[in-house]
Amino acid sequence: MPDRSSSATRNPFTEQETPAVGVTVEDLSKNFGRMQVLKNISFSVEPGEIFVLMGPSGSGKSVLLKHIVGLEAPTSGRVLVDGHDATSEHTREQIRMALVFQAGALFNSLSVYDNLALYPREHRITDERGIREKVMRALQILSLETAAQKFPSELSGGMKKRVAIARALVMEPQLMLYDEPTSELDPVMSATISEIIATLKDEYHVTSIVVSHDRDLALNIADRVGILMGGELIHLGPPAELRQPTNARIADFLNPKIDIQNPRFKKLET
Amino acid sequence: MKQLTGILEGIGSTVLLLLRSASYIGTLPRQRARFIEQCFMIGYTTLPIVAILSFFIGSVLALQAGYAMQNFGAKQLIGSLVGLSMARELGPVMVAILLAGRVGSAIAAELASMKVYQEIDALVTMNIPPARMLVLPRLAAAVVMVPVLAIIANLVGWFGGAIVAKYTSFIAIDPPAYFAALRRYMEFEDVMNGLIKAEVFGFVVVLVCCNIGLNTRGGPREIGAAVTRAVVTSLIMILVLDYFVTKALM
Repeated sequence: MPDRSSSATRNPFTEQETPAVGVTVEDLSKNFGRMQVLKNISFSVEPGEIFVLMGPSGSGKSVLLKHIVGLEAPTSGRVLVDGHDATSEHTREQIRMALVFQAGALFNSLSVYDNLALYPREHRITDERGIREKVMRALQILSLETAAQKFPSELSGGMKKRVAIARALVMEPQLMLYDEPTSELDPVMSATISEIIATLKDEYHVTSIVVSHDRDLALNIADRVGILMGGELIHLGPPAELRQPTNARIADFLNPKIDIQNPRFKKLET
Repeated sequence: MKQLTGILEGIGSTVLLLLRSASYIGTLPRQRARFIEQCFMIGYTTLPIVAILSFFIGSVLALQAGYAMQNFGAKQLIGSLVGLSMARELGPVMVAILLAGRVGSAIAAELASMKVYQEIDALVTMNIPPARMLVLPRLAAAVVMVPVLAIIANLVGWFGGAIVAKYTSFIAIDPPAYFAALRRYMEFEDVMNGLIKAEVFGFVVVLVCCNIGLNTRGGPREIGAAVTRAVVTSLIMILVLDYFVTKALM
């Protein structure tokens, strides 16, 4: 069984251990033109933790994730990954971060195998035989062995998500970020993806930040959950606190009631 | 004011992309496969259209020159006129325009769709610089293949002119006389000037199209807009640079 008290990532492909990393978000604000998308967000994620960030569509979750991985620069405030500024290229060279994009962002001109092999090839991590072993191991973990020679256009939505996770896994990341990993999937496939995320954390002690509006995922696999609404972090705590939320907005978000007599869109009109 | 800012931003980001790509020049030997693939794309797939157009441009040039010169008794100079025109101006400009339309548009479309569908973001998070993997092999391939295309355009254009000069009744100049006139008034420097121009145009076209593709934001409509912008910008750059490079080489 994995040692969850350890602060090191056990690499799934080698016997090496690399330190798990924490993330600190300090007074982060982001404006796009006149629109403020993130408003003074502050929180931290401990090494080896699964942190789930929930919120309705358009609340700024994906933008926040892009700040953590350094794809967006803050308007004010900062994001530190293991103490290093997330926007710095030096941080990306020092720390292995992998982002599983909502739509997969697989390279459409490459086969599944070549998608997974791209990172170790480009960084010359090992020879072609070693790369093959790593890729096949990642495909095996995600039950994708038969898809190795297929192209992304030939895959179902669920398989694309799993290939994206496998591609991230080959990077041997210290920090895994997932953007809506269960969106557009059927309930069984959503549960499978949630189990994969939890298993990766349990077995390899990777720090995971998951952006989702999937209640089941958050309540079942998160160590802590943050809720983002209108660009503000309005809740931060263990998932147990969300089973019976006291805040009306959070309760409505997590347990929305369908009221055909008094629909929400008509309330908005008035 | 907004348009001026946009133009300045475009120039700035293009120069930055060039510098970034140049900083990875040492990685080119291990990107052989990508370089060869781009040479194939830029050179081999553009060759047929370059050959067809050059042949007919050379032919039309000979035809028009013959028609105009017959009244002055200067038909014997058709070879030098076609030769110099193709080598110094029409060959390089035509290759660059074809490159913008055929290769530049494809580059802009490919990189813009990679950007829109987050493949570029995925590369960045994997610490694989797009300038190294996507731009450098294309620039290097353009440097190698565009002069080759320009040489072929010249040769085919001269050949087209020779055929028209022989088989058009009011010209009727044999190929030996045509090529003798071509050699008499043309120097190696003329050909080299044309090749330098082609090199500059090809490099700029590929760089501009890469930059526009990589800076695309939005959805499918923006991909189409990026392709149009890339081709139009390339054509303007070719014609503007044509004047300045020609003047500099005189």
